[in-house]
Amino acid sequence: MTQPKQGGEYDVAVVGGGLVGSALAWGLARSGQKVAVLDEGDIAVRPSRGNFALVWVQGKGLGMPEYAGWSRQSSEDWGGFAELLREQTGIDVAYRRPGGFMPALSEEDLQSRANAMMRLHNQPNMIRYPYEVLDREALLKELPFIGPEVVGGTYCPLDGHCNSLRLLRTLHKGIGLLGVDYRPNHRVERIDHRDGGFRLATAAGEVRAGKVVLAAGHDGARLAPMVGLSAPVRPQRGHIIVTEKTAPFLHHPTNYVRQTDEGGVMIGDSFEEAGFDTTLQPGVSSAIAARAIRIFPLLGKLNVVRSWAALRVLTPDGFPIYEQSATAPGAFVVTCHSGVTLAANHALTLAPLIAAGDLGDRFQTFSARRFHVPQAA
Amino acid sequence: MFRRLPEIAAAGDAIGFTIDGRPASARAGDSVAAALLANGVTACRKTPVSGAARGPYCMMGVCFDCLVTIDGVGNRQGCQVRVADGMAVETQDGKREVEL
Repeated sequence: MTQPKQGGEYDVAVVGGGLVGSALAWGLARSGQKVAVLDEGDIAVRPSRGNFALVWVQGKGLGMPEYAGWSRQSSEDWGGFAELLREQTGIDVAYRRPGGFMPALSEEDLQSRANAMMRLHNQPNMIRYPYEVLDREALLKELPFIGPEVVGGTYCPLDGHCNSLRLLRTLHKGIGLLGVDYRPNHRVERIDHRDGGFRLATAAGEVRAGKVVLAAGHDGARLAPMVGLSAPVRPQRGHIIVTEKTAPFLHHPTNYVRQTDEGGVMIGDSFEEAGFDTTLQPGVSSAIAARAIRIFPLLGKLNVVRSWAALRVLTPDGFPIYEQSATAPGAFVVTCHSGVTLAANHALTLAPLIAAGDLGDRFQTFSARRFHVPQAA
Repeated sequence: MFRRLPEIAAAGDAIGFTIDGRPASARAGDSVAAALLANGVTACRKTPVSGAARGPYCMMGVCFDCLVTIDGVGNRQGCQVRVADGMAVETQDGKREVEL
């Protein structure tokens, strides 16, 4: 462990202890940094406890091919990341990459998916990855229990999933073993850039650090301007339903439905603009349940044991923001809505760059400057 | 382990059912969970994740520890179903199966 730096108790203060913050803290500590994680408490708005747990590549990056490449890289590195976590903590986060399907319920839907994948791969600078468009007969060979309305689907061998609650717990155990100082109930109220370092006023006293990483999800919008950055994120609600645990039958994740390592079936993928309201909407739950049953009719036989609504952290274009402040060097913002998929990248690729103090040219594309376009008159 | 209270030992008509294929008897009005306990079956399932043995506990629909397979349908709450003549009750080893 390195000695505390001058003017700061820590090398890095990571604001946010969800999947993004804890993956970064893990990677920073492995890079030799003395790290504090400043987190809110149990009632924090925390998508890391409400997500769908996909490690997904298929279809991502239309409009920003670098994001497609970034997602693909994380998928490639995820297996090794899970193995490192297992060696360190003894916990298996149940990462599997059997390839994922996006079943379609109409020919129009299938055609628009196929077109989107083609447009994605026709972008300049796109690094192509394998995928297939399957008709019903071909899909039946892989998923024999699809309903009569399913006309086909797309498939990508890079798609997988994990146990994301266990991932969060494992990362927290991992950062503890690495000597990271995890501080709950330290909501950050103010950040001052002074003498080349940062002073963070929190609900439980001041913390000093040489660098600060904002990985605070929804709270990034409030915090980023304190250090000359911007994180224009908004909440987008999604509902999830979980069934009782059943013997394994669904061996591939899909975008709507996946069976967890422990046997429960998760049903999801709703999109609602409702601010910070996480109240369960029965109409939305029934709609996603009905769609799931059209895709896999046997789900109709299962009992539901839990359902909830959680809030994605979305930028205006849906892509991540990775940026170092120009006016307060040493302050970084990291925000995305795919904290599970990108966990391997955040831990293994991004954290060492932050530790070194320079993201390099590769991340220019991900700067929030892309949103600073003057409005047309 | 469990015995019926003397004043209700003879209450209700006798019911014949099976536990894992073995003939068993109960009284009309018994829940499946009560009938299992009365027949000496205290562990009715193994959990889906760790495989630990579980038996009826709260007897009022809350704890979900009395899950059994009843007439072929898994994960039924034994304490919320009345035992019936000819019913096939099976202890459940881990996750329920869902018929494809």
